[in-house]
Amino acid sequence: MHGTQPLDPSSTPQAARRIEVRGVSKAFGTRADEALELARQGVSKSEILKRTGAVLAIDDVSFSVDAGEIFVVMGLSGSGKSTLVRCLNRLHDPTVGSIEIDGEDILKASEQRLRELRLGKITMVFQHFALLPHRTVAENVEYGLKMRGMGKAERREKALKTLENVGLAGWGDRYPHNLSGGMQQRVGLARALALDPEILLMDEPFSALDPLIRRDMQGELIELQRRYRTTIIFITHDLNEALTLGDHVAVMKDGRLAQVGKPAEIVLNPADDYVSAFTRDIDRGRVLPVRTAIRRAADSAALSALIEKGAASIEGSRPLHEAFGLVSGGKPVVVMGPDGKPEGQFDATDMAAMLAGDDAGKGQPAQVRPETDQTRQGQTKQGQTSQGRS
Amino acid sequence: MSDSMNALRAATDLARPSHYGELPLDDWIQAVVKDWLVPVLRPFFRMLQMPIQMLLDNLQALLLAIPFAVLLIVIVLGAWRAAGRGVAIFTLVSLLLLDWIGIWRETMITLAMILTAVVFCIIVGIPAGILAARSDRAAAVIRPILDVMQTIPSFVYLVPIVMLFGVGMVPAVIATIIFALPPLVRLTNLGIRQVQEELVEAGRAFGSTSRQILWEIQLPLALRTIMTGVNQTLMLALSMAVIGALIGAGGLGLIVNTGLGRLDVGYASVGGLGIVLMAIILDRVTQALGETGKDGKGAGG
Ligand SMILES: Nc1ncnc2c1ncn2[C@@H]1O[C@H](COP(=O)(O)OP(=O)(O)OP(=O)(O)O)[C@@H](O)[C@H]1O
Ligand SMILES: [Mg+2]
Repeated sequence: MHGTQPLDPSSTPQAARRIEVRGVSKAFGTRADEALELARQGVSKSEILKRTGAVLAIDDVSFSVDAGEIFVVMGLSGSGKSTLVRCLNRLHDPTVGSIEIDGEDILKASEQRLRELRLGKITMVFQHFALLPHRTVAENVEYGLKMRGMGKAERREKALKTLENVGLAGWGDRYPHNLSGGMQQRVGLARALALDPEILLMDEPFSALDPLIRRDMQGELIELQRRYRTTIIFITHDLNEALTLGDHVAVMKDGRLAQVGKPAEIVLNPADDYVSAFTRDIDRGRVLPVRTAIRRAADSAALSALIEKGAASIEGSRPLHEAFGLVSGGKPVVVMGPDGKPEGQFDATDMAAMLAGDDAGKGQPAQVRPETDQTRQGQTKQGQTSQGRS
Repeated sequence: MSDSMNALRAATDLARPSHYGELPLDDWIQAVVKDWLVPVLRPFFRMLQMPIQMLLDNLQALLLAIPFAVLLIVIVLGAWRAAGRGVAIFTLVSLLLLDWIGIWRETMITLAMILTAVVFCIIVGIPAGILAARSDRAAAVIRPILDVMQTIPSFVYLVPIVMLFGVGMVPAVIATIIFALPPLVRLTNLGIRQVQEELVEAGRAFGSTSRQILWEIQLPLALRTIMTGVNQTLMLALSMAVIGALIGAGGLGLIVNTGLGRLDVGYASVGGLGIVLMAIILDRVTQALGETGKDGKGAGG
């Protein structure tokens, strides 16, 4: 079942490239090619619709996803998120472009090969659940296993176990319409998870959940992804969710990618007004790592001295809000690197400035990229000892 | 005044094609059907006739062979299971009445006839509906055929059917099939097309073939609409009982026709009552079957 991962020269050994999307566009309508031609000439989407009757849902999108990361696509309603994610398993055929999964161009895959991929490697959670109303919850969860040809008893057992994992033990014999929206979405999740997919496409899986369960499910998703190294494409229209979950976040606007980057990059260096308008409402304390609050460079001897004098310390990848208690005394707090060595320090003023978004012109953001990179590796190496995103 | 009117009429008549002679369309059709269609196609149609004849004969023999009490119990229990106590009681009373007024045998003959017609409607109609649902091109071919079938008055195709098949029960069943088929095809098509696109996508996303999607997702979800189609087909078939009797079908239709011929209102009404009671029972039972199709086992939960 595990596909071979060809060595891509551009990828680092730790992070094999899993999905490579290049120049993908999708227009709905009989005159899709014409629509793309017009788009290339810079004609607006509404004008294209008027002239060809075709809807340009995604327009020249490129990005890549590494193995074992959560890649979040974020955008407003109608920006093309669902269309994009449906192109990744070819529920939609892109009008142009190429999509490689583990080095295989899936746009050239035969119907037979596509089914193999969907049965074995790549699966999906639907925005509107898409549960079969005439099947029980357990039968719904079994669906993919049944398609794989697994025996009745075996797949029932697997389904019940997966249901238990998503907190729906005992609901197996009910019908989807007996369940609340949030529960139905968890059935949809279980249906996908039962297949132990290598790649999981999730189209707004948590939008129907209430905030508490939503937070739980986010935590569980991160757990899951750590445990199984599942590669996850996660769609959301909530930037807070995008930034808390994503290793990388792509912001979509009208079918194009406005920005792709790590969460801290999106917050600290928004590519344009559109992205920065989004970032205004986010909960910076949750999204930004403590490390970003460091304002003054300091040598490690001085930092060690501070610790010896009793200054508090915190791991650099923890979210800022966890440091509230530490800075309240007015004393500086030392930031520790993933290797356990001190990286720098900050105090209440630095932290307040960071939370308020008052970071312009300090030259700090330039440092964010390598630092967050390091964070990611640190997290994955340390496994559960890192609580950077709890 | 009247002179000028006549002159005007004479002048405008020049614009009428019939002024120059009549187009013998009826003769042409007669020639095509009688001299070409019938002799060429008769062997083919005779072959079509065989399975219908077989099913009809067996069904009729069976219904007439089963002792009255046994058949009564079977039908009433069936109605109970499918549609509940009320319909079961109604069925019991109706069937007893039908026997009491002396038309049990005719009722069974008509039942065998329409059941045969409906079985063949299902064999042809559901696959045709599935085909139409899965291919727009097939739908574009099938739809006008259905339109024609539904708009031609049944009396018009009775004549060629008699020419091809002769008179008797089987030709009547064939006329019934033509008359009753369209709604089943349409509703099967509609039922499948109405299944939410996202559910079909879910099937594809989990690696189903289109055949698996049909059986696992589309047909179960279309079942209720398809059952509505079966119900409609059944009702239409029953409504052909009288017309079918014109070309040799027996049963209740024959009673009505004979009553009409003799101007015997009583006799005709007895036949009519039989048809109405049968219609009500069959309608309630098939509708109830359609309802269970909708809720599935979920209704119990
Ligand atoms: N099957 C289709 N046929 C025609 N147009 C479509 C189709 N699917 C999507 N579109 C159009 O493509 C655009 C993007 O739709 P999409 O569903 O991808 O948006 P989205 O970002 O997922 O929105 P939401 O957050 O509301 O789910 C919309 O303008 C929509 O009308
Ligand atoms: Mg969507």
